[in-house]
Amino acid sequence: MAAIEILDLEKSYLVGFWRKRRKLALRPLRLTIEEGEVFGFLGPNGAGKTTTLKLLMGLVFPTAGTARILGMEMDDPRVKSQIGFLPEQPYFYDHLSARELLNYYGQLSGMPAKGRSARVEQMLARVGLSDSAGLQLRKFSKGMLQRVGLAQAILHDPKLVFLDEPMSGLDPMGRREVRDLIQQLRHEGKTVFFSTHILSDAEALCDRVGVIQQGELRGVGAVAELTSQAQGKVEIIFYAASVPAGLTSLGAEARVSGDMVNAVLPEEQQEAALEVLRRERLKLISLTPVRSSLEEYYVQKLRPTEIRRGAGV
Amino acid sequence: MSSGGVNSRIGYIAFNTFREAVRDRVLYNLIAFALLLSGAAILVGEISIDIERLVVVNLGLTAVSLFGVVIAIFIGIGLVSKEIDKRTLYTVLSRPVRRWEFVVGKFFGLTGTLVVNTLFMAIGVFLALLYVAHKFEKMDAWVLVALYFIVLQFLIVCALALFFSTFSTPLMSAVFTFALFVIGSLAEDLRGFARITQGLGGWLATVVAYLVPNFSALNVISLVAHGDPVPGRLILYNSVYALLYSAMAISGAVLIFQRRNLK
Repeated sequence: MAAIEILDLEKSYLVGFWRKRRKLALRPLRLTIEEGEVFGFLGPNGAGKTTTLKLLMGLVFPTAGTARILGMEMDDPRVKSQIGFLPEQPYFYDHLSARELLNYYGQLSGMPAKGRSARVEQMLARVGLSDSAGLQLRKFSKGMLQRVGLAQAILHDPKLVFLDEPMSGLDPMGRREVRDLIQQLRHEGKTVFFSTHILSDAEALCDRVGVIQQGELRGVGAVAELTSQAQGKVEIIFYAASVPAGLTSLGAEARVSGDMVNAVLPEEQQEAALEVLRRERLKLISLTPVRSSLEEYYVQKLRPTEIRRGAGV
Repeated sequence: MSSGGVNSRIGYIAFNTFREAVRDRVLYNLIAFALLLSGAAILVGEISIDIERLVVVNLGLTAVSLFGVVIAIFIGIGLVSKEIDKRTLYTVLSRPVRRWEFVVGKFFGLTGTLVVNTLFMAIGVFLALLYVAHKFEKMDAWVLVALYFIVLQFLIVCALALFFSTFSTPLMSAVFTFALFVIGSLAEDLRGFARITQGLGGWLATVVAYLVPNFSALNVISLVAHGDPVPGRLILYNSVYALLYSAMAISGAVLIFQRRNLK
């Protein structure tokens, strides 16, 4: 069974003084995420990641379309007891301690009184906040609030966890811990849907990623496939106004950016490609092995109109 | 035992609202109230011109009302908007909490805070009465009825502040609520004016007079200060009126909040 089925979910807002102008925040989105999958939703700020999450959480209402979560309609009240949500840059009740806050959320989630306190303590320990559990949240740093946010998202042992920029505001150690936490959730069989613009996190954690820009899903790909595609490729950057025809026959994927060309091609074609540059008297800027094809994929999906393949410049 | 019922969720939200308000030093107003009342009692005791009781009841109950209304407005207007601005609402509504439960819970939390606040102030008023009169009299029981009416006022003010806060900025919500409080305090005069005005003006005045909350009917401070009894029928009418008016304002708040996009 799919954990999330997004069926042409769309959101637009009426803007302007007379609210007559329609601003599209999310174009019809169709996406399926399987149970037990860790899915990364990638895109720059303002791309529509948070809007998608808010729609799924019922915080904003869709203009059109719907979604099914864990086999239920997204506005079915039963859904909420089986999902956890960490908003971007979470903020909580200033005058509560972390322990009180988690206990409050546990109550709202319908957790039985028996065992709730033990679960709260367990979660506090899991995110490394046992020592600060009695401190009021207004005294917490941004990173500590993020940890509280993670603890409240998984407190009631949800089947599906939505995390909006979970690494935001964390130091390298904190980021590592969040990564470990998501890995643990994966091992526990949970489905994780998280948004990020940090590609290394997505590459390390996700089974699949989706790239979104300007409210439009630009592509979905399996990270393992993308990574395997990267092996044995080199990236050549050189000065040129267009892609030399000789590179096309070598199987290069090239992109023109200003007065530079960025070409990715099989490693075994490296010498032949350099020969083409010498012949055409083009100045080489760099030649590096491709490490992250996810980054390539991301860049390609974000700027499809700028992508020029081979000689088709 | 599961703790997931509607009533328990409303109760948890109400208790959390109360706890936040108390920890946010809302009850500190009691210090100012105590200072004001004890100062007045001592001053009246010194002057001693046989109107001590009148002055203490008038001043005490007016202070209870004003302090409470100010708290009701200033906390009420932020109850929903603050939670949206600070995004604390997101983690609440992503749980099995319906939006109407959140609004009703917030309302009960704030009214609970005001009831506790009023309770302490009431003790202050009776202590001041005891100080100036040296004993309680039978007519002092009517002060309790006046305090009950003040609490009914708070119910309406809280509901209105909450209603405005579901669609307006905190500043505008404060302005609207305070304006309604002032106009509502003059509701009886407005109704009298409507009765003697003819034509469209009269019709408009009647609509406004009956639409605004009738706070003047809930004000029996002067009556009890003079030791006069409060008619039983008024207690019944005011109770029903305040409950219905608050329920209507809360229903309006729920209807708006149910449809609101939390951007």
